[in-house]
Amino acid sequence: MLDIRGITKRYGTRQVLTDVSFTVGNGRMTGFVGANGAGKTTTMRIILGVLTADAGTVLIDGAPVTASDRRRFGYMPEERGLYPKMKVAEQLIYLARLHGLTPHAALRNTTDLLERLGLTDRSNALVESLSLGNQQRAQIAAALVHDPEFLVLDEPFSGLDPIAVEVVMGVLAEYAAGGAPVLFSSHQLDIVERLCDDLVIIGDGEIRAQGARETLRDEYSSPRFEIRTHGDASWIRDLPGIRIVDLTLDAAGGHVVFEAETDAASQLVLQQAIARGPVSAFNHQRPSLASIFKEVVQ
Amino acid sequence: MTDKHTNTGSISTELHASAHHVGRRVHTAPTVGQSVWLVACREIIVRLRSKAFLISTGILLLISVASVIVGGIAGQNATLPQVAVVGNAAMVVEQTQAFDTISVDTQAAAEALVRDGTVTAAVVPAEGEGSLLDVTVIALDTPPTAVLTALSVSPALTLLEQGAPNGGLVYLVAIGFGLVFLMSAVTFGSTIAQSVVEEKQTRVVEILMSTISVRALLAGKVLGNSIMAFGQIVAIGLLVSLGMAVTGQQTLLADVGPAIVWFAVFFAFGFVLLAALYAATASMVSRQEDVGSATAPVMVLVMIPYFLVIFFNDNPAVLAVMSYIPFSAPVGMPMRIFLDSALWWEPLVSLAILLAATGIVILLGARIYANSLLRMGARVPLREALKR
Repeated sequence: MLDIRGITKRYGTRQVLTDVSFTVGNGRMTGFVGANGAGKTTTMRIILGVLTADAGTVLIDGAPVTASDRRRFGYMPEERGLYPKMKVAEQLIYLARLHGLTPHAALRNTTDLLERLGLTDRSNALVESLSLGNQQRAQIAAALVHDPEFLVLDEPFSGLDPIAVEVVMGVLAEYAAGGAPVLFSSHQLDIVERLCDDLVIIGDGEIRAQGARETLRDEYSSPRFEIRTHGDASWIRDLPGIRIVDLTLDAAGGHVVFEAETDAASQLVLQQAIARGPVSAFNHQRPSLASIFKEVVQ
Repeated sequence: MTDKHTNTGSISTELHASAHHVGRRVHTAPTVGQSVWLVACREIIVRLRSKAFLISTGILLLISVASVIVGGIAGQNATLPQVAVVGNAAMVVEQTQAFDTISVDTQAAAEALVRDGTVTAAVVPAEGEGSLLDVTVIALDTPPTAVLTALSVSPALTLLEQGAPNGGLVYLVAIGFGLVFLMSAVTFGSTIAQSVVEEKQTRVVEILMSTISVRALLAGKVLGNSIMAFGQIVAIGLLVSLGMAVTGQQTLLADVGPAIVWFAVFFAFGFVLLAALYAATASMVSRQEDVGSATAPVMVLVMIPYFLVIFFNDNPAVLAVMSYIPFSAPVGMPMRIFLDSALWWEPLVSLAILLAATGIVILLGARIYANSLLRMGARVPLREALKR
């Protein structure tokens, strides 16, 4: 478990992070979202010890992280970087060895990862000769090659084509399934929505919201429901405790979006609708990540 | 080492599996020494693969060997003059060891050899009943000065002070040390500077910093490049010595040899100091284009000893000062050793000063390096780079 506690960072007079605290649980895919300049990269650099915080600590399973713990992290920096004039496989082996792997283990992991990421045929190519998408895959391999126990990935999906996105999502999900805490930032909220278990939202250097994705959606959801009926549904507006937001009637039937004062009121709508005829859809409209994000950041 | 890793790895995997990271392989942390060595090895491998490096090294080695061979041929005493000797004269001539002798039976035969140019002169017993040493020299049309001098009796000679090696040779040795120092320091200094900026520019440094300590990274880069530079110096030293031995300049080798050895020793530490300076100054900029201007002050430090030793190799006071200043000691002290003007303890004191300076520079360099590595864009002001 990775605990970030009270991290504060200031560059000169500019306050970049203020009392940032959140937790990345074991096996939890944790999405880290925020606008540009909100402090995501700084936070990740501090977790990795590349930057030092002015105040606050990073804890691993309750104990402050040490320099030697940090090699157990898999890190993908925001600004990508590998040696342009080194071969892909050679570079991965080098990074694995720096993390303490034996030459044999380094080679095995490199071969496995290149295979999984579809880079086997480029393993002897110089990094600078790779396409941007392939450089990105190599970068992900560099973050994973040493069997890290924690993953901290800054924008791992940017620059990937949709197929590569699927591959990388699969690899990360597998890591989380193996019990590793995974923290990743992304601007692609749809990916975050699909992939993450937990969410941390940061704005102007402060944590604005955090928690399990579903809990957050519940928290920020309005008591809004949607129902589809076969016939006219205008009768709903006469029920107590109901406010109609939108009502349409077309060849397919009625479609109503309404707000209910209580759960009981919304259930009454459903009961009555079934009593009057077939109901093809009834659901509690919950906010998308994008709308939660907008709400908490503004 | 590798086996130990594998073993501990598998044991802790099991322990770990019972915790929560199921199926995750755990690896033992490398020691600082191993990290430094890995970084150093990468530097060396990258360098050995660079065509530019191999070609420039080849050229430097060729020049060194060529200069020794050319110097050898030019300076070689031409083959001993041949003289024809007759009878007892052989004894007299052989005592001088200055000639190749051809013994003939008669004066007539000797004269024939002189006439056809086979020998420079003929030495025959003097006519009449003189002592055994009395000989007559026969030459064709001009007096053979060399032969006459060798056969003359010189008065005994006592020199009150040991003579200095001749000026031309001193100058050559000075240029040799100065040039090799300059070339090697600049080549490997720029290499380390470029390598630092490459890591910064490509941002790979962020991954490295999250893996190993900044000091280990700096130490590895300095070590790797120092090994290469030192290797080059040793190769040049060996080739030059070998060249002297092969071309029959053993006397010169005996004079220059100790100075070459001291040069290698001083260079080994002196280069570490320069490498740390190159790395630190380079880390303050973010683009290859800026490396030149950032490392210019270090370049000046490297060039000063070169010019000083060329212009002042005959000035004992300047050489003495040079031999104690850490930046110029690698050139100054070997020069004084060659000139025999250094007492036995002087190189040791100078080396101690160099070591202390190297230590201080490494500490300051590491601080500049650590403070500057993540600062992209404009050049980092020295004051900020040095702050704690």
